[in-house]
Amino acid sequence: MTLDEMVKRHGSWLEAGIDEGPVISSRIRLARNVEEYSFPGWASEEENDAVWLQTQGIFQTLETPFLSWSMTDTSAIDKEILFERHLISQELAQQDDSCGVYVTPDECISIMVNEEDHIRIQSLQPGLNLRGAWEAADKMDDDLEAQLTYAFSPKLGYLTSCPSNVGTGMRASVMLHLPALVLMEEMDPVINGISKIGLAVRGMWGEGTEAAGNMFQVSNQITLGRREDEIIAHLEQIVLELIEHENNARIRLMNEKSLIVEDHVARAFGILSHAKLISSGEALNLLSTLRMGLDLGMVDQFSRRELDMMFISIQPAHLQKLEKKDLEPDQRDVTRAEMLRDFMENATDSDSKN
Amino acid sequence: MKCECCNEVEATIHLTQVIDGEIKKLNLCQICAQNNGIDLNSPISITDVLLGLGNQNNKDVPSADDTVFDLSCSRCQMTRAEFKKRARLGCPECYNAFMGELSAITQAMHHSRQHVGKIPARQGNEARVTAQVAALQKDIETAIAKEEYETAARLRDKIKNLKADAALLKEGESHDA
Repeated sequence: MTLDEMVKRHGSWLEAGIDEGPVISSRIRLARNVEEYSFPGWASEEENDAVWLQTQGIFQTLETPFLSWSMTDTSAIDKEILFERHLISQELAQQDDSCGVYVTPDECISIMVNEEDHIRIQSLQPGLNLRGAWEAADKMDDDLEAQLTYAFSPKLGYLTSCPSNVGTGMRASVMLHLPALVLMEEMDPVINGISKIGLAVRGMWGEGTEAAGNMFQVSNQITLGRREDEIIAHLEQIVLELIEHENNARIRLMNEKSLIVEDHVARAFGILSHAKLISSGEALNLLSTLRMGLDLGMVDQFSRRELDMMFISIQPAHLQKLEKKDLEPDQRDVTRAEMLRDFMENATDSDSKN
Repeated sequence: MKCECCNEVEATIHLTQVIDGEIKKLNLCQICAQNNGIDLNSPISITDVLLGLGNQNNKDVPSADDTVFDLSCSRCQMTRAEFKKRARLGCPECYNAFMGELSAITQAMHHSRQHVGKIPARQGNEARVTAQVAALQKDIETAIAKEEYETAARLRDKIKNLKADAALLKEGESHDA
């Protein structure tokens, strides 16, 4: 499968999932290194080459088919697509030599090679399903470990390039859509509270990104001294509390300001249906409002999955790939508005047919 | 009184903390306090601030770390100064080379110094027993905190058995060899 085919569909992790209202997806990431080589950022070119070649050999022997991209042969726009689809990090997208990514066709598992660590396994699942994501990551990890000797110490666990990942090497995270908490101005205290109990809150595309479209990623910070299942259970418990907070905020919002909320949703609907120019930031926020309207039963023309896919399709690289041409930022705003108008029109059409 | 950090602006924030019976005072201006990450609404540790200031004051003097003890990793040659600058390690062996600093860093980051999670299948039995014992020890602490002494005793016996089994296994292995 090529990226051109891929951009027209969504990864399986965007399917309907458990607790799918405020929860988009669950993710487990495992950091692993090969014992005999220095970590990628410090290793010689030869060492990094050796790791990349070794993993290529291993992936050929695995039963599961993998799509793969070597960063050397991948164009800037294709790297951007992989990043927008959450398959690689910004850090890997900026690299060229002796590194790349392996992805399962359903996009639920991706393995970055020679990013900050030799191996970064990512497992994505729709909805709140950290355990499912862990099981898949754990199995992938076993498959790789059968052919590699990992850097491991009985005391410090899996040894990673950055000491913040040492131990389990695991980062578990849940992507949440929390528009009511943001509207009720209750998000800041929530973020403060969460950071005090060893968890972190970030934007939709991870480290250093802001929370566009009211999307937040909550993840564990502590990786040493706790078992994987403990880390997952702790995060899950906090996420369940967050969902409850969000749902309560939605109820209060509807009790106190239902007309304002309906107005917001209706305006989002109107702008998305008719705008001629729209930036990705504005589009994300309007789609977020629409998504909340869907959860609150104010609109029913689309499924959550269709909306969630739009969050990715309107991103710059996806837009250009779908349009099959390079676009300057101001042209993108025109094309994005066009795409959104089509999306809204099709949704309303199919609704009137039903 | 001038700010002790920039020595330019009038100090408006006065911090006092008792460390090991010794009173430490620090007077800062608003800007320096903010730059040092002091949030006036949350409790802070003056030690962090002092550590940060220490670095700034010694800026022109080459620090002893960089010159006198140029400790480096025997395997990948990363120096301690390099490790501190990049905040990333060079290779697995660095964890032994910079054990001193890392021990403090991991304790501060993770509130722990012992791995209790997954163990690669390739690791020897010893690694597995070490981690299993560490995990059980943690469970014992939890049990004691909850005053579940019977559970704690059961876990303690489990550790004893694990260690005994491991010793037997080791003996067996050395006989085989």
